Amino acid sequence: MQSFFSEHPRVWRIFDILLPFLATLAALGVGAVMLMIFDANPIVAYGAMLDGAFGSTNALADTLVKATPLLLVALGICIAFRGGVINIGGEGQLILGALASTVVGLLNPDMPGWQLIPLALLAGFIAGGFWGAIPGLLKAYFNVSEILSTIMMNAIAVQGMNYLLREPLIDPVQLEAASRIPQTARLSAAFDLPRLVPTRLHLGTGLAIIAAILVFIFLWRTVVGYRIRAVGLSPDASRYAGVSVPKHIVLSMLLSGALCGLAGAIQIYGLHHRMFTDGSATGFTGSAGFNGIVVALFGQLHPLGAIPASFLFGALLVGANKLQRVMQVPSSFIVALNGLVVVFVVSADYWRRRLARRREAEMVGEMTAQTEAEVEVVS
Amino acid sequence: MISELFTTTVLVGILASGFRLATPYLYAALGETFGQRSGVLNLGVEGIMLLGAFAGFYTTLITDNLWLGLLAAIIVGGLMGVAVAFINVTLKAEQGISGIGVFLFGLGMSELLFQKTLGTVETVSGFPDIYIPFLSDIPILGEIFFQQSLLVYIAYIMVPISWFVLNKTTLGLKIRAVGENPEAADSLGVSVTGVRYATQIFGGVMSGVAGASLSIALLNVFQQGMTAGLGFIAVALVYFGGWRPLGVLVGSLIFSMVNALQLWVQVLELPIPSDIAVMMPYVLTILALVIAVQRVRPPSALTKPYERGG
Repeated sequence: MQSFFSEHPRVWRIFDILLPFLATLAALGVGAVMLMIFDANPIVAYGAMLDGAFGSTNALADTLVKATPLLLVALGICIAFRGGVINIGGEGQLILGALASTVVGLLNPDMPGWQLIPLALLAGFIAGGFWGAIPGLLKAYFNVSEILSTIMMNAIAVQGMNYLLREPLIDPVQLEAASRIPQTARLSAAFDLPRLVPTRLHLGTGLAIIAAILVFIFLWRTVVGYRIRAVGLSPDASRYAGVSVPKHIVLSMLLSGALCGLAGAIQIYGLHHRMFTDGSATGFTGSAGFNGIVVALFGQLHPLGAIPASFLFGALLVGANKLQRVMQVPSSFIVALNGLVVVFVVSADYWRRRLARRREAEMVGEMTAQTEAEVEVVS
Repeated sequence: MISELFTTTVLVGILASGFRLATPYLYAALGETFGQRSGVLNLGVEGIMLLGAFAGFYTTLITDNLWLGLLAAIIVGGLMGVAVAFINVTLKAEQGISGIGVFLFGLGMSELLFQKTLGTVETVSGFPDIYIPFLSDIPILGEIFFQQSLLVYIAYIMVPISWFVLNKTTLGLKIRAVGENPEAADSLGVSVTGVRYATQIFGGVMSGVAGASLSIALLNVFQQGMTAGLGFIAVALVYFGGWRPLGVLVGSLIFSMVNALQLWVQVLELPIPSDIAVMMPYVLTILALVIAVQRVRPPSALTKPYERGG
């Protein structure tokens, strides 16, 4: 085993990349058991899942559409993680971005689309960044755990969204109707992101991929990005080197939130064209703020790795939707399955670390052997 | 309008429901205190509470036996505790993320089971209020403190018991040692893994009971996502309480009072939108965290998995 791995260093990389897939398969296996308890045939169910995700042009387009917010959130998570903070607040940041961009669109119904869309996306970017910067500031200057504060910020965002959509921002039509569905009016069709007809695929997917490349350049080719990674790797060493640790913590949370906010804005202008709520966070976000974390882990916390990872995870979600429709399983099955995937992927990291340690030990062993040999030669 | 809040009836009502509503916070946060003192952050409390709430409610509905319902919640909570320990202690997963997975699983699974078995909201007659002889007759105080259900009393009794176990017993010393300096504890022959499994299972049981306290003692219904963020606040309360049972008690009371106030604001139809009222406990949590963290240092090994020789 030892010699096998040291002679085939590539096998390591492949194993690292394969691991999350194996974990997902294991989670799907547990999901199959759950389906059987509910008298659904798991083979038929997972067949429907594959068909739903890849079975037609429309299915593929839906997968890409689903992958788009996941990719943007995952990019945000990458930046935060590299900077040594865990951003669990993607849900709230996404909601803030969606709200801000919707307001921009509602307030300027007569602006030409080519002016308004960039403005609205920028508004989403800024609003998400604002919502991410708050827990960043609390972490950097008050030592408040960002895990807890971001969860609270999520809840605050959801309540704020519910209030705004039930009262000030509600569609005037709904105000008249007895049902009073909490949603805004449809944004002017001139503001729709261009689509690849006849599918739902929109320009947002392309923007997300460009964002991935920009984040890669930022983290690995700029001084600020380098500093963020340095703070994440070793705050103490960075401090000695004269890097302001608090400032870079705030910055990484701000950028992380901004990318999540952009994801929200793109969901509005590319897909929904109005803001709505079912009272919970998932109603609008579809848990993208949480799933983006898994996508980031899938992609080895690398911005470019997040591209294929988001595609696969998008396929998983679109497929699960199809499964739910075909097998008439309640939608809560997807939430539970989603939770299993998160747990399995995070837990699987154990084997990657274990093998990485063994690999390191091997290298040290080889080097010592070499040195000893050299010492013998000299003497 | 605001003056309506300050009549005796309303104030007693707020205080009594505040005292009662602290129950789920207390169970969940006391259980989590043990876990965090041993160095493990279980962020999945909310999900385990939902599963416990469903297990307790469904078992009570079918068997018509509240004690079996409570037992079901304890078993489900304990099993989830084992799972959480396996994920976070044995597999050393990143605790902030694995907890979200546990939460989503509990949220989805409890809803799925509810839809498959019941489908509609039903009610059970939960643990009845027990009027403590003589004490419950005291005007005002009796109504606030001594006319509550058994699970409420037990929650408050758990506070001194937790304090005693953590601070005055060998077990408590082991838990604190494992959370502060696992290397030293290990070298003295304390099983770090064993202690952490124990605290996680206990935390799971307490979360299960916290859920059941809602579904078969306080509200007597099961609804999808009925814990509504309570489990997450409970985790924050542990920080707020400085990882001490008494601090957790103070935090739980403050929060449940704010919640009770918020509910009364809705009942009295004061001109505050309910969504904004619901938001208040979360804003308060963040402010509370800012204040609390300045006072006390968390357990040194919190969220850090233990590697022997690493």
